[in-house]
Amino acid sequence: MTEKEMLVDYLLRLGDNSLILGQRLAEWCGHAPILEEDLAITNIGLDLLGQSRLLLTYAGEVEGKGRDEDKLAFHRDTMAWRNFLLLEQPNGDFAKTMARQMYFDAFQYLQYEALSKSSDPQLAGIATKSIKEITYHRRHSSNWVIRLGDGTLESHDKMQTALNELWGFVHEMFDMDDVDNAMLAKGIGVDVAALRPAWDQYIEEVLAEATLSRPYVTWSVRGSREGKHSEHLGYILAEMQFLQRAYPDAKW
Amino acid sequence: MDAINTDAPRDDDALEKAFQTKVDAETRIEPKDWMPEKYRHTLIRQMSQHAHSEVVGMLPEGNWLTRAPSLKRKAVLMAKIQDEGGHGLYLYSATETLGISRDEMFDQLHTGKAKYSSIFNYPTLSWADIGAIGWLVDGAAITNQIALCRCSYGPYARAMIKICKEESFHQRQGYEIMLTMAQGTPEQKAMAQDALDRWWWPSLMMFGPNDSNSPQSAQSMKWKIKRQSNDELRQKFVDATVPQAEYLGLRIPDDNLKWNEERGHYDFGEIDWVEFKNVVSGNGLCNRERLKDRVDAHEGGKWVRDAALAYAEKQKQRSAAAAA
Amino acid sequence: MSNDSKNELPLYEVFIRSKNGLDHKHVGSLHAADAEMALTNARDVYTRRSEGVSIWVVKTTDITASSPDDKGSFYEPNDDKMYRHPTFYEIPEEVGHM
Repeated sequence: MTEKEMLVDYLLRLGDNSLILGQRLAEWCGHAPILEEDLAITNIGLDLLGQSRLLLTYAGEVEGKGRDEDKLAFHRDTMAWRNFLLLEQPNGDFAKTMARQMYFDAFQYLQYEALSKSSDPQLAGIATKSIKEITYHRRHSSNWVIRLGDGTLESHDKMQTALNELWGFVHEMFDMDDVDNAMLAKGIGVDVAALRPAWDQYIEEVLAEATLSRPYVTWSVRGSREGKHSEHLGYILAEMQFLQRAYPDAKW
Repeated sequence: MDAINTDAPRDDDALEKAFQTKVDAETRIEPKDWMPEKYRHTLIRQMSQHAHSEVVGMLPEGNWLTRAPSLKRKAVLMAKIQDEGGHGLYLYSATETLGISRDEMFDQLHTGKAKYSSIFNYPTLSWADIGAIGWLVDGAAITNQIALCRCSYGPYARAMIKICKEESFHQRQGYEIMLTMAQGTPEQKAMAQDALDRWWWPSLMMFGPNDSNSPQSAQSMKWKIKRQSNDELRQKFVDATVPQAEYLGLRIPDDNLKWNEERGHYDFGEIDWVEFKNVVSGNGLCNRERLKDRVDAHEGGKWVRDAALAYAEKQKQRSAAAAA
Repeated sequence: MSNDSKNELPLYEVFIRSKNGLDHKHVGSLHAADAEMALTNARDVYTRRSEGVSIWVVKTTDITASSPDDKGSFYEPNDDKMYRHPTFYEIPEEVGHM
């Protein structure tokens, strides 16, 4: 990979994360457990969608092959997507959606905090704008993990189960590969492996307040960076890309 | 208590007269003011139905949110559906000032005792339907809602003012979708025409029965809950919308539609009220799905609300214990 | 399907300062289990278009409202100040809207 290709890949990783999670949150629309929460979830979804548009647009510009945000969002197949496995997992119940969200919010907060100091001014700008949103997302999801964990017996069980079910997906967030290392060396990217202790500490604190325990599961899966996804992503894309694929000549 | 207070009937008469004077003088009625029980009930029925419509109305559009054809359209649609949730919330909140809880209103919706706008029982089959809903359904709703900004009940009028301000972009985004499709590929143009064919008449039905057939309207007009009659509002909508359809190069599915120079309005055909009643009474394609979605969201979310309450209670006790 | 209202999340009133220099203004209400939830919900519900720089939430039941003695306060303004109302004046219809 050339350096340029690496930067494009790096930007796609960031943009795809936001887009796939935003798409998942959109599925909640009209179905949340509380009307107020419906608005909160769509707000977070809108923030994520906004981030992905900036990042994909920038990725397309760097690439220089005339692909805009929509070309990148609607005309790439599973193997070309770079989002974390965690984010393509189905919504499940409200506890599972909040567990997924908190795991990612806590990660994204640390990642974007570091990215706001990136040597790439455009990326630093996007990160600086987004960190305000992420601060709120993290507060929102953490509050729910605490409420559900320390709520009723039923909600406690559901929350613990959700945390356990998703734990095996979190480790790949902290993997460093060639692209990460190259971007780190140029001062563009972040050493995500180094973020793990801070992430662990944040999660520990929330779980302690929530009377929940840190999941103990021995399995872990990885591979999203090489396009090795779970089966869920194909269905997300089939739905999301339907119109662009069915009517390739049309403008919308 | 009427039985004890023998003055009550005469008193009520006087109160009602004073109430009407106030309404006639365009003084807004506020939650704690005296109001005839029937006024209260009419408002609860109308406002909760309006709130339910906003919330149920999220579903047909939500049906296309994950399939929106561009990221920009997806963002716009998500913001629009979110607004609808917000508008439902404003309206529930305003209705609660009349002494009914949101849960009671939900219960009325879920048991079929309360209605929501029948238009949301039609399916959204193509992306052009999202355009048609914004253009026609929101267009009709806005025509209604602008009139309601001067409603005699303060909290309702204030909610409507806020809603109208926020909804100004909803109709425009819908029309823009229609315009893009009408000028697009032949397939897109066909989708746009098909959407107009299916949504035109249901949109006209949104204004309710003809004035001659709307017995409750007169009282509502007198109380200034309603400010313009169903037929007046419907005419206003038709007059505004026909030129917009012409600009799109689409045909409104009504052979009797023509400009009447003398009246200065468009004449249009008779609404199929049999179809209207049919859908209201449960025979629309989506009646069951829409209601089931709402019931599932509410009942499926009970454990979440219970947990939030239990946690709040624990926190209260902890801070009480800490203070002691 | 019960309307057991004690299981409903309590109601909070929301006040928003739209910009510095202005008072907080009542904008509506919402349901939340606790104040933190009310505050975050208020942000999502009532400031979707960046309408505010500061939010207050108050549990509705914690508000003490003046309670007009229904009849007295109802009649009072109408009894002796009818001249405040436009309908007090009879203007011939031909004059038009005024």
